[in-house]
Amino acid sequence: MMRFLLLFSRQGKLRLQKWFTPMSDREKKKIIRDMTTMVLARQPRSCNFLHWKDLKIIYKRYASLYFCLAVENQENELLALEVIHRYVELLDKYFGNVCELDIIFNFEKAYFILDEFLMGGEIQETSKQIVNRSIEASDMLQEDDSSEWYEVELFG
Amino acid sequence: MPAVSKGDGMRGLAVFISDIRNCKSKEAEIKRINKELANIRSKFKGDKALDGYSKKKYVCKLLFIFLLGHDIDFGHMEAVNLLSSNKYTEKQIGYLFISVLVNSNSELIRLINNAIKNDLSSRNPTFMCLALHCIANVGSREMAEAFASEIPRILVAGDTMDSVKQSAALCLLRLYKTSPDLVLMGEWTSRVVHLLNDQHMGVVTAAISLITCLSQKNPDEFKTCVSLAVSRLSRIVSSASTDLQDYTYYFVPAPWLSCKLLRLLQCYPPPEDGAVKGRLVECLETILNKAQEPPKSKKVQHSNAKNAILFEAISLIIHYDSEPNLLVRACNQLGQFLQHRETNLRYLALESMCTLASSEFSHEAVKTHIETVINALKTERDVSVRQRAADLLYAMCDRSNAKQIVAEMLSYLETADYSIREEMVLKVAILAEKYAIDYSWYVDTILNLIRIAGDYVSEEVWYRVIQIVINRDDVQGYAAKTVFEALQAPACHENMVKVGGYILGEFGNLIAGDPRSSPLVQFNLLHSKFHLCSVPTRALLLSAYIKFINLFPETKATIQEVLRCDSQIRNSDVELQQRAVEYLKLSSIASTDVLATVLEEMPPFPERESSILAKLKKKKGPGAVSVTDLEDNKREGGELNGGGDRGPDTSAMAASNASTPSPSADLLGIRSAAPIGAAPTSAGSLLVDVFSEAGPAAPSAAVNDDGFLSSAPPSEDPAAPLSEADDLLNKFVCKNNGVLFENQLLQIGIKSEYRQNLGRMYLFYGNKTSVPFASFSTTVSCPGELQSQLNVQSKPVEPVVEGGAQIQQVLNIECLTDFSEAPLLNIKFRYGGALQNLTLKLPVTINKFFQPTEMASNDFFQRWKQLSQPQQEAQKIFKANHGMDTEVLKAKLLGLGMALLDNVDPNPENYVCAGVIQTKGQQVGCLLRLEPNAQAQMYRLTLRCSKDSVSRRLCELLAEQF
Repeated sequence: MMRFLLLFSRQGKLRLQKWFTPMSDREKKKIIRDMTTMVLARQPRSCNFLHWKDLKIIYKRYASLYFCLAVENQENELLALEVIHRYVELLDKYFGNVCELDIIFNFEKAYFILDEFLMGGEIQETSKQIVNRSIEASDMLQEDDSSEWYEVELFG
Repeated sequence: MPAVSKGDGMRGLAVFISDIRNCKSKEAEIKRINKELANIRSKFKGDKALDGYSKKKYVCKLLFIFLLGHDIDFGHMEAVNLLSSNKYTEKQIGYLFISVLVNSNSELIRLINNAIKNDLSSRNPTFMCLALHCIANVGSREMAEAFASEIPRILVAGDTMDSVKQSAALCLLRLYKTSPDLVLMGEWTSRVVHLLNDQHMGVVTAAISLITCLSQKNPDEFKTCVSLAVSRLSRIVSSASTDLQDYTYYFVPAPWLSCKLLRLLQCYPPPEDGAVKGRLVECLETILNKAQEPPKSKKVQHSNAKNAILFEAISLIIHYDSEPNLLVRACNQLGQFLQHRETNLRYLALESMCTLASSEFSHEAVKTHIETVINALKTERDVSVRQRAADLLYAMCDRSNAKQIVAEMLSYLETADYSIREEMVLKVAILAEKYAIDYSWYVDTILNLIRIAGDYVSEEVWYRVIQIVINRDDVQGYAAKTVFEALQAPACHENMVKVGGYILGEFGNLIAGDPRSSPLVQFNLLHSKFHLCSVPTRALLLSAYIKFINLFPETKATIQEVLRCDSQIRNSDVELQQRAVEYLKLSSIASTDVLATVLEEMPPFPERESSILAKLKKKKGPGAVSVTDLEDNKREGGELNGGGDRGPDTSAMAASNASTPSPSADLLGIRSAAPIGAAPTSAGSLLVDVFSEAGPAAPSAAVNDDGFLSSAPPSEDPAAPLSEADDLLNKFVCKNNGVLFENQLLQIGIKSEYRQNLGRMYLFYGNKTSVPFASFSTTVSCPGELQSQLNVQSKPVEPVVEGGAQIQQVLNIECLTDFSEAPLLNIKFRYGGALQNLTLKLPVTINKFFQPTEMASNDFFQRWKQLSQPQQEAQKIFKANHGMDTEVLKAKLLGLGMALLDNVDPNPENYVCAGVIQTKGQQVGCLLRLEPNAQAQMYRLTLRCSKDSVSRRLCELLAEQF
């Protein structure tokens, strides 16, 4: 199974974190630190796989963002690389030419899309059409109840 | 302004996020966040009931703040309230907050469980999926108790929607992993297995993860899944790439499901049913055939997906280990990948071949790739790939190629990455032992190992070589001769001294016939290393000495003299003192017969599993060394008559017979005294030990010491620089005055001043003892190319430094051009007859020739841009080694010699400096920027200089300073 997925920028800023097993905040912070330093230190054109403790780390860079996925030892590295790619495709399909800013401003959407794709560290649905359809369906539900959209914001 | 926000878009949230992004500093960000937190708190506490939208928005803001890395201690209740909202988006945010922020032992679990229960029974599929996700995300025991019986029902019910089935399957898997006792499959088993036949590929994909996990735990109950899995796999493998519509991924039909099916089959032995087996073999052959077909797309996604299935199929073939034909084909396929241009494939091929090497059918086929693998070890640019190559060489090693592989691994070790050296050392040691046909080769290999990578040779390794030498008569003479030769090297590793001391103490007599290695020569050789060694090693050497007295009565007087000298018999270390006293007494009162009995040769060690193998296993974790490895070793170990994880510790050696005149408990002290990490600690104590042939003993010991100084004089060549010379140098990068070096005898102080490209340095040598230093001399040298870069002139010093006195030496320094190395200062003198020889690095670094340059912000940036060629810039990101206090940082930067510029960097947290390095030949302009990140305790340091070697050197020097 997958253990966690981290998205961070070239500067090491964390953009998304998903933990598939319970972990203390301390452990999380340590892992985030380890992953960013380890992955950012890699030379270009190195292989995309690393061993870390008893896990395999699979990472790939898309524009300014690094996607870093940790899987258990018996998992297939190449497929894990494609899990990352499929997630990028799903984001891209939803946001249209996705960029780092989309994920910063719509972090909750990035989580929802991930939840449709993966669950409990396993693949739930690999079909791009099906995942997109359910995300769009929930957006439709949102539009129905956004009647208070124009309420006065205190922080404008 | 905020970027597009899709869907409903919470405007307040977008504004808040862009506010945070616009914050110029950490303080501003914290201020903004605190303002927001106060606002949200007052909203939540206010009298006016909040509507759902506001609650959702504020909860979402809290979530964002939490994800930025700040603690959130309220809002949980509001999030739980959102769960019971009828509006999907509010519920969704509520669940997201709970999933991210609520840990499994929260007090709120009961309330959350209630909301989940309602959603699960709502029959609204989207609500049900949200609830199932939440259970899987939190996955606590309490949730398992509440829902473990409900979820299987949802999973197999006829009217459950597909998407809910998928979520239910994976949710159940999660609960099964956290609380297997609560998930009782019993009656559901066969219906769950039949999900493999479900029409919806998504359902099969999700369900198979659950089935695989359950099969691993209860293989018999789920046995029927094998034939179902084979037929499903067969349908996918034989389908055209378009048959599966959206489950085809870059022209590869259902790669995720295929891999999962192959993985499920790895929980079972090969199918017994001939037809099923035939069908499966056909699938595997098809997969191997497809690998040879031209790709249907040039996209890397296509080849990754295709090869993922291939590697999984190979894993299954290896797991069955019964189809020689398939195994050999698998091996050939991997052989092709070994030379593939994709690094990823080379990496995976090396990894996969490791398991293939352990099969008797494919072992020989794997071996044919040895040259490619050795080449990978030598030429791969990526350390993780080299590591896999080393693993594979280890796995493919057998009697026929052991000599070649061990030689390659040894030569790789000379340049290996530090991170993998220890493991490499263990592997070489194991292979050398396992495949030793002649033991002289084994002894040579281990001694080479100690020579090349002494610091990484753990106790287990040198214990082991001694165990084997003790247990094999035929190698003892050779071992004695070889260690004797190895010890001739002027600088040999302490582990070498240990092995040498032990072996010569036991078997020195075997080479004593040769006048070049007569007893006294052997003794003097060992004793010349004595003072450089740590306490445990010195204790071992003392035991070797008493063994010498027994082996060679003619050395008795010399050795007694050594034992009697104050530095032994009054040593401040209790263990050493006790040994000296006891051995001296033993040697003078015991008769030859008694002595011979007490100091008899060590009996053979009992045969046991190799302690090195145990260590490797511990290092790599269980499963790292296969069972066959272990059994092999037992077999081979028996042949060797080796083994025993009891170290050949010195006390056992000395007290092999219980009739010692002193209580044996005293002699055993060394066991506890010998720290595991003897090698690293020795570096620290080295300095002390250099001079620990303490002065007061000199008069009585002088004659004797001279005696063996003349036969084995310490080298008159300048010593190699101290191991801490670089640290000492680093202390002076940002300051010009201070104490450069200090030990028990000597203190060296420095004062220096620099102007333009010239410098003057005053060195103060202080004698801390009451005895004069004789033949005191110092030499300053510029090694290598530094000779042409730096000119250092020194006046000779007085040859005698009286006790308690201090002498001064002036150096004139001229910088001709920029440089990276430091000049060396060698100091030699005699103290109580013993020659002291030490080498330090003089703290003359390139930054000493800085002239500060003040400039305004505009100028700075203009120049910064001018220096924009990549090689002109050097950058390092590193962890803070010291506190990140502003004043200290400023002081260091000023000490560096550049001008510290205020109001230049838009971020006031950052530091910016400018300066010009003055050399005789040219001036080098340098700009510096230091960006601290207090939260991460990291710095980013950037240097831009008009000369690239200067950027690099300054960057190196400075990265050690903060």
